[in-house]
Amino acid sequence: MTTTTEAPALTPVAAPRKLSYVKAFNEGLAQAMREDENVFVAGEDVAGYGGVFRMFDNLLDEFGPRRMIDTPISEAALVGLGVGAAARGLRPVVDLMFMDFIGVCLDQIVNQAAKMKYMFGGALSVPLTITTASGAGLGAAAQHSQSLEAWLAHVPGLKVVMPSDAYTAKGLTVSAIRDDNPVVIMLNKVLLGSTSEVPEEIYGIPLGQAHTARHGSDVTVIALGRMVGEALAAAEELAAEGVEIEVIDPRSVQPLDTETMFASVRRTNRVLVVHEAVTFGGLGAEIAAQIQDSVFDYLDAPVLRIGAPFSPVPFSPVLENAYVPDRARIAQGCRRLLERS
Amino acid sequence: MAQRVSTASKKSTQVSARVIKNLHERMVRIRLFETEAGKLMEAGKLPGFLHLYVGQEAVAAGVMAALRDDDQITSTHRGHGHAVAKGVGFREMYAELYGRVTGACLGRGGSMHINDLTRGMLGANGIVGAGVPIAVGAAFAARYKGEDNVAVTFFGDGATNIGAWHEGANMAAILGLPVVFVCENNGYAEFTPQSGHMLLTDVADRAAAYGMPSVIVDGMDAAAVHRAAVEAVERARSGAGPMMIEAKTYRFFDHQGVKGLRHPYRSDEEVAQWKARDPIDLLEVRAVADGIATRAELDDVWQRTRDEIAEAIAYAEASPLPDPADLLLNVYSG
Ligand SMILES: Cc1ncc(C[n+]2csc(CCOP(=O)(O)OP(=O)(O)O)c2C)c(N)n1
Repeated sequence: MTTTTEAPALTPVAAPRKLSYVKAFNEGLAQAMREDENVFVAGEDVAGYGGVFRMFDNLLDEFGPRRMIDTPISEAALVGLGVGAAARGLRPVVDLMFMDFIGVCLDQIVNQAAKMKYMFGGALSVPLTITTASGAGLGAAAQHSQSLEAWLAHVPGLKVVMPSDAYTAKGLTVSAIRDDNPVVIMLNKVLLGSTSEVPEEIYGIPLGQAHTARHGSDVTVIALGRMVGEALAAAEELAAEGVEIEVIDPRSVQPLDTETMFASVRRTNRVLVVHEAVTFGGLGAEIAAQIQDSVFDYLDAPVLRIGAPFSPVPFSPVLENAYVPDRARIAQGCRRLLERS
Repeated sequence: MAQRVSTASKKSTQVSARVIKNLHERMVRIRLFETEAGKLMEAGKLPGFLHLYVGQEAVAAGVMAALRDDDQITSTHRGHGHAVAKGVGFREMYAELYGRVTGACLGRGGSMHINDLTRGMLGANGIVGAGVPIAVGAAFAARYKGEDNVAVTFFGDGATNIGAWHEGANMAAILGLPVVFVCENNGYAEFTPQSGHMLLTDVADRAAAYGMPSVIVDGMDAAAVHRAAVEAVERARSGAGPMMIEAKTYRFFDHQGVKGLRHPYRSDEEVAQWKARDPIDLLEVRAVADGIATRAELDDVWQRTRDEIAEAIAYAEASPLPDPADLLLNVYSG
């Protein structure tokens, strides 16, 4: 089990206002930059162009080229720049555009950023934030569509967050930047334009605190990132059948708030874990194992996992649709769980 | 310090009428493939991303006309031009863009991953710079097996900032492998001008750091690119090791897709200046003036290619979609 960070109080929503996921990220980042002069952003086309996903729109205008830096296509040097700057007290936000590109800079993330504090005997910290867009659904094919959270969550020293809507995108971004550890923010490409209520003031969402997105008594669905919306849609479908699904959004997968999950399992006795990444070796395996370790006696059925088949992400939309889990598969999984005992 | 090779002084200065026609046909094929693909994308018929090559045709045509079928190439995210020039068929290329099972990657890869081993096309690549070490490996295999084919790796100015590029260049040089490095310097990496991502004016200077000779050519002049390529390929084939060609060129469309310059990262005047040096126009004007081809002959190439493309698009649209039951096909061998 991992520990949760201390939770700053959430500012209550003043006036409901809808914002898109990408704009909410942008707003959180801008506010964090206003809050702390040491925060700067570096990445490919983040300054002049505002980022290929418009994540960094207008930030150059406000913060200027000292704090918004366009870099060459040199991801290893980019992350390394962040590590070195963080070690010297700055709070870098480096952008990797597509999550798949971490392949070219994995050493800087895994062997350097993640381990530096430990290897320096705690003498320094690496408050580095890495932003990136993950996920399938845009026909972007095998090298631009992956969900690699399991790679990163496996590395001690790293934190990984997966915002599931605009509200969490902003809050997790602020918390990631304020956090004194290297944190990877996995924005989901399909969610970029989706909207939800977002408070105007700056607020953080504690890393390592899960959110119960829907209360229900029959099955607990633990869903990561984009799958939260799919799970909520599946819950609507099942509610019509008289089945009440509880949907838990871990929000951060490292640290992972298992207590909220265990409490839910004690009430529903059935669990389905769903993520976009391939099932094999995915976080579903970790979550299922922890549940079995801790609340086995409460289970009426084995923990079920839904994820992608063990294949690279296919291009053709007909294959990609079959590849990514959706509301129908989640609803089906819940029905299967309810058929047991 | 490696030498800068001058192509002008070599015996192969002249390009024959046959080669001019060959270059013309390759360029027309790329241009029409690309413009039609752009229209299909604008019409919402193609999923995914489309990085168009229009404007850079002289480079693919010039280099590929210097290669044999069994020579290997590695390409980039902007790979259609290389594939077409290397001889990959329109049918399997369009079918791939449509995500059909008859496509070059059986609908699994899409625009950024088109490949064709029968044509020595070792793949477009979604990861910038990743094709460079792969070409080095292909060249290594050729020498290892005692074959005399060469490998050519295409990359942009931006890609030379990636570690894999530098490691690949040094590896090729130190092992003396038959690889030709072709930089398509279109002046931009996505939306960042070259001056914003390196302090060099000539990317070719990077070759010198690894002891690799280089040459700079006008990337809008297919004949000039071809002469340089013939020399570099002959050099590599003879065992003299790698060489780099930097072709100064320009992409006429946006980084991705056809339109949508939400941020004016290059001026209309600049685009117009380069379009005034359209590589196909340049070659056609010269071919007619030199009596190599008549306008009617050139028009005939366009028309034949148009017909072939229309047929290929119809084939792609009529092709079946992949079967989701085959989702795990080809994940592993055996
Ligand atoms: C490792 C990696 N980083 C970033 C990207 C995103 N990206 C795709 S194309 C491109 C620009 C490439 O510029 P250049 O090499 O000059 O080629 P051009 O697009 O000009 O043909 C970038 C940054 C990528 N695909 N792979």
